[in-house]
Parts: sequence; structure tokens; C-alpha cells
Amino acid sequence: MKKVFERPKSLKDMPFHYCPGCTHGIAHRLVAEVIDELQVFEKAIAVAPVGCSVFCYEYFDCDAYQASHGRAPAVATGIKRVLPDRVVFTYQGDGDLAAIGTGEIVHSAARGENFTVIFINNAIYAMTGGQMAPTTLLGQKTTTTPFGRDHKLNGSPVRMSEMLSVLDGTAYAARVSLHNPANVTRAKKAIKKAFEVQIAGLGFSIVEVLSSCPTNWGLPPLKALKWLEDNMLPYYPLGEFKKPAEVI
Amino acid sequence: MAKILMKGNEAIGEGAVRAGCRYFFGYPITPQSELPHYLAKRMPEVGGLYLQAESEVASINMVFGAAGTGARVMTSSSGPGISLMQEGISYLAGAELPCVIVNMIRGGPGLGNIAPAQSDYFQATKGGGHGDYRLIVLAPASVQEIIDLMQDAFDLSDKYRNPVMLMGDGVLGQMMEPVEIGDQKPFELPEKPWAVTGRLRGKEKRLINSLYIVPENCEVHNFKLEKKYTGIKEAEQRWEEYRTEGAEMVMVAFGTSARICKSVVDRCREEGLPVGLLRPITLWPFPEKGIVRLVDSVKSFLTVEMNMGQMVEDVRLSVNGKRPVHFYGRVGGMIPVARDVYTEVKKIFNGGVA
Repeated sequence: MKKVFERPKSLKDMPFHYCPGCTHGIAHRLVAEVIDELQVFEKAIAVAPVGCSVFCYEYFDCDAYQASHGRAPAVATGIKRVLPDRVVFTYQGDGDLAAIGTGEIVHSAARGENFTVIFINNAIYAMTGGQMAPTTLLGQKTTTTPFGRDHKLNGSPVRMSEMLSVLDGTAYAARVSLHNPANVTRAKKAIKKAFEVQIAGLGFSIVEVLSSCPTNWGLPPLKALKWLEDNMLPYYPLGEFKKPAEVI
Repeated sequence: MAKILMKGNEAIGEGAVRAGCRYFFGYPITPQSELPHYLAKRMPEVGGLYLQAESEVASINMVFGAAGTGARVMTSSSGPGISLMQEGISYLAGAELPCVIVNMIRGGPGLGNIAPAQSDYFQATKGGGHGDYRLIVLAPASVQEIIDLMQDAFDLSDKYRNPVMLMGDGVLGQMMEPVEIGDQKPFELPEKPWAVTGRLRGKEKRLINSLYIVPENCEVHNFKLEKKYTGIKEAEQRWEEYRTEGAEMVMVAFGTSARICKSVVDRCREEGLPVGLLRPITLWPFPEKGIVRLVDSVKSFLTVEMNMGQMVEDVRLSVNGKRPVHFYGRVGGMIPVARDVYTEVKKIFNGGVA
């Protein structure tokens, strides 16, 4: 019988540690499918963050680094500057990228570093127990905003893709979501474009992926996806904020 | 071979280039500025890269990325910037990545000042960052020695897969001395079968990592590191002895303060006072063997540092209570004056009377 669906070769055949209903698994799969389709597995180097996806260096079967919290873009800069023909990507969460690692992501984009960033935005610090992230929505309850995020106390959530898109060094910036199959398909297209931008040597590329965190949101998986759709999409509009003419 | 006149900071850069270093990541700070200035020009000449980072935190992580590919790479800074790098240095040590970090120490704590100091001895030799790890720490005392030790710094870091720190200060960085650099020798970088370069031609997966989530595994990793450090302690202690034959008192000093102590030794010897100097070249591993060799034949030690007494603790550990170990220090960017050190020596010889 003809096989019509299988595990991407760039993804290892092993159980993931992610919670039931977490969308990290989908995001991993999309990245792996893109690496397979672009036939760059042998050239790929992944840089894992600190956070829930810290072990992604185990799941992606390519060569990999584990970076310190927030510094994956600096590590990727070091790699890519020595090995410009390799395909380098970071995989970072919102605490990693949008809080502690803000300096590194902004200046990597400003320099036009030619690597790809997969940015998982689930509006919460998950691994450490559901604390407020820079991306936590106003009114959203977390373990450190037990009465809901208060604008006066905590400011407002950060829209990283829009911010980064205004920098000249950013060649591609898009926000996608994983809350339903149609959007998963769109997400893959954006991830593929981001890698194509890198392979073409056009500069910094980032795909922000809206993801669910049933465990720390306190919702069953399906309701978590609905919560994402109802609450995150209005604040975090989907779309491409910057794209080079060459890959449109 | 003709000698040329060179500044210490520039010698660090030229020494690095000659040792095969082709990648420099750094952030501006005084008093090491001539080094990035030199390498910003020099690196492109040899097909290398000088990249200015947005912070010392970013610099050290760029070093982490480049070092993991097997490239010879370095960064440099001074006290406050080195403090910012400590997390990254711990990661480099944990992941066993070779690299060279230069600290041209300035007066502290806090913003302190930009004048010469040796007050980062503890930070360099006792940890600095989190976790059980060691840096190999080299302390040159002349521009020629800077050139020579840069080669050793890269060789040692590759040999042991360990970060190496070269420590100097504004005096060594700014002063000009004649040096013999000779012709560029062809260099061969050692094989690095652990380097992450992609799985080209289907080679086995490689990983640069310092995470060992299972405590049993992390303990094994720490034991492995400790074994390496024990080997370094055994094999790599380096020091210079100056007029220690027949000495009743031996001064212990490194870098800039050792230069001052040398002139004090000469004056004492001229006056018939049997004084010598032991100058540690490796601050870690501390040259315990050098102290142990002398401890039975001398009556006392005097440690001279540009801090409030840091290396003196290692001198006392090595002397192990067998002889008195005195301390004299200037601090906050002040440099010991030879006359004052001489007075201190005389005082000790006279049983505490000036």
C-alpha cells in the first residue's frame, strides 16, 4: 500500500515531552517538513532556547546547539558568520525572545543576520509554571498576574513581529497561528518562505507562531484552541508584515 | 630578527591573528579599546571577521556559537563587561568549548574607574559564573609575553576544550615595548571531531550542550570536568623565578605588580638583602609547585597585588602554614610604588619595624 503520510525525516522518532494538546509538536513538524522539502537537512543547524522547547535539539535530527536563555540569536550569529552556507535556525518561546532576549533578537534583525527564527507565542511562561510573559494579554490570569494582567502595573503585551518588521535588516516577518488545520497549512507556507529567504541570502527572517498552552491556561486542548482564536487573534493580527520581492 | 615597537593591546590582537584566530566579537570598553581598533583593521586583511556586538552578553554568546563550529575565536573586555559575560562563560565551560577571553582589568567594584587593577583575580580563578568550573588564566607581564601567551592561550583552549582567560590591565595594554614577532608561522588547527558543522554526507548528529537534566548524568559530567581540571593542575602550572637562589624572603606577584617587584628585588639584592620574586604566569592553575619548592628554604613570603588581597589566599594555601605570608596592595586603580614595596620588605626584615 502506498504511504501517504509519514514522519518527516528531519524529526526524530521518539516521544516528545510536551503536554497533551500543546502545539509545539505541530510547530516542530512544520519546521521538519520544510527542512525536508527544501532538502537542506544536511546543512541545517538548530539552536534551542531555554523554555519548554529546550529539548528541541533532541527532536530535530539535524546538528544542534542549546543556547542560554534569550541568547539563541547571538549564538546563531556566531555560527552563521563562520558557516555562511549552512541553514541556521533558532526556535524560541516568548519569554526567551520577547523578554530576556529582546536585545539579541532586535540587533540580530538590525544587522540582517541571515538566519531564521521560529518564535512560539503562547502568551505565557509555561515551563516555569505559568507566569506572565511579555506577550500575556491584558486581563489574562497567570500565576504572577492572579487578578489578570493590569496595564498600569505590567504594561501591554508586545507585538514582536510588527516591531522587527520596521528594521531594514529584517527581510521576512510573519505571524501565523496553529488553532485550526487551515491556519496550520498557512503557517507551513510562512515557515517555508522564511527558510527560502535565508537560503537566498536575503537577511533576517522570523515567523511568529501563535500557540496554545492548555496546561498553563487551565483549559482542555480544544477549548485552548478556541481561546487562542477568540483572544489572541484580535490582539495579534495574522499576516506577513515584511517580505522581499524575490520570494513573493 | 628585527624588533618592532608595539602596544600591549595591539600585541594581543596580533598574537591572536598569528595563533590562527579569525573571529572576534566584542563590545567597546576602556581600557582595552586599542585591541578592537587593531582587529577591526587586521581581521579583514587575513580573511577574518571583526563583529561589534550590542552587548557583552551578546559577544560571549556569539563566541559560543562560533566556538561550537570549531573556529578559533575570541572576545575581550574589562571588569564590568567580563561580569556581564559570566553566564556565557559558564555555558562555554559546561559545553567544553575552546575560546580566549581577554580581561584588561580596571578599578572596581561597580563602575570603579579605568585605571589599572588586579581586582578580578577571584572572578577569574574561583569561578565568576555559576556551577563548578575552571578557566585557565594566563597573566603576561610584558608585551613580548603577551604575543607569546596568545599562541599558548589558543593552544591550551583547544587541547583541553576549555575557555582560557588572558588577564592584563591598562598598564600592559597601553605601554609600548620592543617585541620580536618574527615571520608568521604556518599554523595547523587541531582536529575537532566534536564541532557542529551540519550533518554533511550523513555524518553522525553532533550537539553543543551544557544541559544534563538527569542529576546522575550531570554528576558524571562534573566528575569528567574535574578530572580534566586535575590534569591541567598537574601539567600546566607556570611561573617565573627571579633571583630566588638563597632568598630568605620571596615576593609573589603577577603582571604589572611583578614588574615593580622585580626592581625592588634588584634594589634589595644590591643592598645585600636576600630577596627574590616568584611570578605566577598561570593564575589558574596557581603555581603551587613553585611555592612548595621554595617554602622550606625561605623564611617568609610577601604577596604584592593591585587589590585588597586575592591571590594571597592561594599563596597561603600553597604555603600551608609553614611560613608567614605577608600582603601589600594598592587598589582602586592605584599602582604600588617600588619605594613603598621596598619599605614593606625592610619592615618585614626588621621584625615589623619600619
